[in-house]
Amino acid sequence: MTATPHQPAAASPGPSVTAARPARVGAPSGTRLAWLHLKYQFLETVRVPIAVLGNLLFPALAMFFFVVPQKEVAGDPIMATMAVASLGLFAICSASLFTYGLGVAEDRALPFDPFLRSLPAGPTPRMVARVLNGAIFSLFGVVPLVLIGWLFTDATVTARQLLSGVGILLVVSVPFVLLGMAIGYSLTAKAALPVVQVILFPLAFAGGLFMPPMFFPHWLSLISQATPTRAGRDLLVGALTGEPVYALAWPVLLGWTALFAVLAVTAYRRDEGRRFK
Amino acid sequence: MTASLAPVVSVAGVTRRFNDVVALDDVSLDIAAGELVGILGPNGAGKSTLLSLVSGQRKPDSGTVRLCGQDPRLTAARATLGLTPQETGLPATLKVREVVDFVAGHYADPVPTGELLEQFGLAELAGRQTGGMSGGQKRRLAVALSLVGRPSVILLDEPTTGLDVGGRQALWLAIREYHAGGGTVLLTSHYLEEVQALAHRVVVIDEGVVRADDTMTNILERVGLRRVVLHSADLPAADAVPARLPGVIRASREGDRYELFTPDADALVRELVTSGLDFHGLEVRGATLEEAFEQMVAHRSSDLLRPPATPARTATDPEAGAR
Repeated sequence: MTATPHQPAAASPGPSVTAARPARVGAPSGTRLAWLHLKYQFLETVRVPIAVLGNLLFPALAMFFFVVPQKEVAGDPIMATMAVASLGLFAICSASLFTYGLGVAEDRALPFDPFLRSLPAGPTPRMVARVLNGAIFSLFGVVPLVLIGWLFTDATVTARQLLSGVGILLVVSVPFVLLGMAIGYSLTAKAALPVVQVILFPLAFAGGLFMPPMFFPHWLSLISQATPTRAGRDLLVGALTGEPVYALAWPVLLGWTALFAVLAVTAYRRDEGRRFK
Repeated sequence: MTASLAPVVSVAGVTRRFNDVVALDDVSLDIAAGELVGILGPNGAGKSTLLSLVSGQRKPDSGTVRLCGQDPRLTAARATLGLTPQETGLPATLKVREVVDFVAGHYADPVPTGELLEQFGLAELAGRQTGGMSGGQKRRLAVALSLVGRPSVILLDEPTTGLDVGGRQALWLAIREYHAGGGTVLLTSHYLEEVQALAHRVVVIDEGVVRADDTMTNILERVGLRRVVLHSADLPAADAVPARLPGVIRASREGDRYELFTPDADALVRELVTSGLDFHGLEVRGATLEEAFEQMVAHRSSDLLRPPATPARTATDPEAGAR
């Protein structure tokens, strides 16, 4: 990586390169700051390859163990596409909850955090960068699934379906990003890890991400339809295959999104109040 | 605001509580452009709280804090401020050059990364991840980061803790250079000799109150004692020395080396010479900041050293913790 080019310091460099200079020729814009934060957050994440690999591997392995060997699933275009969609959504949920839940909790514990707050940038560039960084790594997790689905099963989508699927995936990730933030700003890293696991796996199961909801008993199917995972899964499957989506899917998803947004903002404010009042 | 008279840092009537603990109690302090101020105080005296208010990380319960005339909680005000991160907090996976580039990206006219690293002797480490640096190198990087945005004022909280003599001298040089270029410096340190070597003005804070605020010279004179050092085999135990030599307030002894404290060094030397005492290695020195500081915070019951502007206060909680 090369250093970004800097304007040479005026005509004469003066006695010291760090001499105070009163002139302020216009501060960096919010977009530039968000880009700056995104760039270095991305670098920080990618330099811990195991974290990235974990995100890629689990859904891909699940695909190989539970979907590819089952002829009746892998050989059926609709079932196979559903399986890819479910595990893809699981990858997104898990990446969002872990990145934000655990990542935010860990960042808060770092002594670098108060230093970052003292830099001339508000909290927005960091937040925006965090969301984008999470989205990038979430999508990374989906790539191997799409490839496996394409190469080893009969899953089929048109280009338009795939695009709208990715769009839906990003929309569905929003409530999980917010839930992750609510956890990250409320708990320490040690507490956030088990809480994320306790939330993620039941939600994924009840939402039909591991087992298709058509095999659920009636009572479980009812509960399932109230979860954000099920709503997200059905919307995603609908976009990819054209299968009908239950009527309450959008209201359920948006309701949870609103609730998690309130929780995230409350947790952020409480954390600010606790540490930086 | 090149040569303006407006203070760079202005703290007026600031009170800050943490639950029931008063960390700062009606503190006022103005720091003009180009000053190099040392802030002293025992642990939990309110130093960190004061710095966190100036850097906009907290806000006061009452009173106002201004940084170059603006509220430090505003982003624009903080563009004039340089701060050191704690060296333990540098992002371990980022390279030295990347950390500097990242912080520099927040400012309109940053010091070019190469030049800054060169000045701090870090150029050859530019490509190393900060997690692989030694403690001294991290400390240097931390101070370098406070200067990258060409700030008008820098806050240095314990800048040389854990450094060896060479490393400390190098950082002192960098701080002096920045100050010589017109920069304003607020410095806290546990090393009183560091504050004595660098600061021109000293502010002593204890129990959330400014105990003293004066030039270094005046602070040292307040102690009012001179130190006379000599080697002698003829003197009694340390606590018996004041009885033997008139004018000695207290004394300490290590082997045959005595340190005698007296308000009038000239008279004591005359006395030593005329008494016929056998001695060698005579030295006469002024008091150190350490002695001044000790008197100010340890003997706080005596109003001797309290500046007249500060009314006596009885702190309810001795732990007046700044956290």
